[in-house]
Amino acid sequence: MSFKDEFARHSWDTVKEAIYSKTASDVEKALSATKRSLEDFKALISPAAAAYLEPMAKLSRQLTRKRFGNTIQMYVPLYLSNECTNICTYCGFSLDNKVRRRTLTNDEILREVEVIKSMGYEHVLLVTGEANQTVHVEYFKKVLNLIRPHFAQVSMEVQPLDRDEYEELIPLGLHSVLVYQETYHQDDYRKHHPKGKKANFNYRLETPDRLGQAGIHKMGLGVLIGLEDWRTDSFFTALHLSYLEKTYWQTRYSLSFPRLRPFSGGLEPKVEMSDRELVQLICAYRIFNEEVELSLSTRESEKFRNHCIQLGVTSISAGSKTNPGGYAVEPESLEQFEISDERSPAEIARMIRNAGYEPVWKDWDVSLILND
Amino acid sequence: MLTIADKTFQSRLFTGTGKFSSAKVMEEALLASGSELVTVALRRVNVHDAGDDMLNHLTHNHIHLLPNTSGVRTAKEAVFAAQLAREALETNWLKLEIHPDPKYLLPDPIETLKATEELAKLGFVILPYVHADPVLCKRLEAAGASAVMPLGSPIGSNKGLKTIDFLEIIIEQSKVPVVIDAGIGAPSDAAKAMEIGADAVLVNTAIAVAGDPVAMAEAFKLAVRAGRMAYEAKLGLKSDLAEASSPLTAFLDEF
Repeated sequence: MSFKDEFARHSWDTVKEAIYSKTASDVEKALSATKRSLEDFKALISPAAAAYLEPMAKLSRQLTRKRFGNTIQMYVPLYLSNECTNICTYCGFSLDNKVRRRTLTNDEILREVEVIKSMGYEHVLLVTGEANQTVHVEYFKKVLNLIRPHFAQVSMEVQPLDRDEYEELIPLGLHSVLVYQETYHQDDYRKHHPKGKKANFNYRLETPDRLGQAGIHKMGLGVLIGLEDWRTDSFFTALHLSYLEKTYWQTRYSLSFPRLRPFSGGLEPKVEMSDRELVQLICAYRIFNEEVELSLSTRESEKFRNHCIQLGVTSISAGSKTNPGGYAVEPESLEQFEISDERSPAEIARMIRNAGYEPVWKDWDVSLILND
Repeated sequence: MLTIADKTFQSRLFTGTGKFSSAKVMEEALLASGSELVTVALRRVNVHDAGDDMLNHLTHNHIHLLPNTSGVRTAKEAVFAAQLAREALETNWLKLEIHPDPKYLLPDPIETLKATEELAKLGFVILPYVHADPVLCKRLEAAGASAVMPLGSPIGSNKGLKTIDFLEIIIEQSKVPVVIDAGIGAPSDAAKAMEIGADAVLVNTAIAVAGDPVAMAEAFKLAVRAGRMAYEAKLGLKSDLAEASSPLTAFLDEF
């Protein structure tokens, strides 16, 4: 039993039709409920809910404050490698892109760590492409051992691994793993991932199950917005979240909603999502699930991020570099995607404080994971 | 005056340090609350940094720190975290929190009992956070807990004393102080908890996310004091029954 079985019970077209046929009264029912179902979530992400954006935002803000208080968590990505054996039509690191490939050595990682630490970070997100010959579980073990003394919390966004591999990494200080399905539309997934291990839709789909079985503290889900109809894809994300919460009840969850960003020679989004629609989605996720963490990266603009921290988002990055070596080793190399908000962590922290929130740099301790 | 283990407290309002909009607001609110016992999550403080912002704002003679183990999922992790906290914060007091369920943060009774047994042997003053389970509270007392901290409703829910019937049993049976923790959403909830005989309450979210946390902290201070006074003054019994105007047994006197 895995999410694959649950997933098989829902057809993309039926779900899409249901979302687009939701009415104003469905939205009102969802807003006034005390516990919201997946049907309510469909109403909240439907076109009919666009007219309720302000009440949704007020409710989302209120629910977020109750659960998370007046705080915003700070994290930063550390790109370790851009080697990749996958072709992904939307990604700067895709195998068919002519970029110089690099995987950071121990010394280089420590140089990057030094810069990140000087910005004030205690939570770091390790990012790689998928190159199983060089960036494999032994590499990750080496990196975790290397950086464990420097950070309070370590997350990873790398290729999906097997359960026993996660079980090896968790005791070394691995707190959370992000694995985005990109799209739950199977045919479209195939088109965007024609080559490499990532072409296997089901292996990716069952990754959160393997993480849950391995006992991970936190995992992150999401889709890449722009590949397919965002409403339908977001419904499947919510379905996945609900399944996981029931099945792996000892794990915390976070959601991201990255919008496709341009890179040189890359894919134009098939489906555009407006700022207004992204706010609707953020509020819908919060109203549907009061406990889930919502994360917003530097892909989004200054103005948008300034406002979104008050609407339901609970963690953000700042000062990010999306190229391996971007902080110290090789700042001029090609990035995975273009950053939109280029303010420094100190500037972002000031913005957060001015909005009446406290930026939280440390909310974990590696010593809470026993190494035995 | 309330005594727990080796310490006495003038104030029966314990507070938390999470969710405030800044360390400064937190400090002002805690001072306004008059609280003398303040819980701090080990995960939030940088124990290797003498300049830790949160800890610096808690340096007041009357404020004792109560480190908590929030984030651990098992007894084993809790025991480890407790030792770390004792070393870093230089206190053997501990709020034992083991909630493997990160959604509702409900405490694990089995792991909590195991950890209490272990930690008592290691000389900790243990205040375990538990469900409002009277039998579990007696078991914890026997295992060496210095107080018990049953919940009123889920942490952060502001729903008040949903477990009141069980809290009353716990208060009736307990030989150690009972601190009602979690779910207290308004000063009236805190007053109610004190009226039914709780020894203290712990409040965090309701103060931290209030429009004016400092004023709310003071409101809680007054409510806790009023509730305690009412408890000590002995409340009149409540009655839903109206007195029958002609007593049902009056006929017995008619002969």
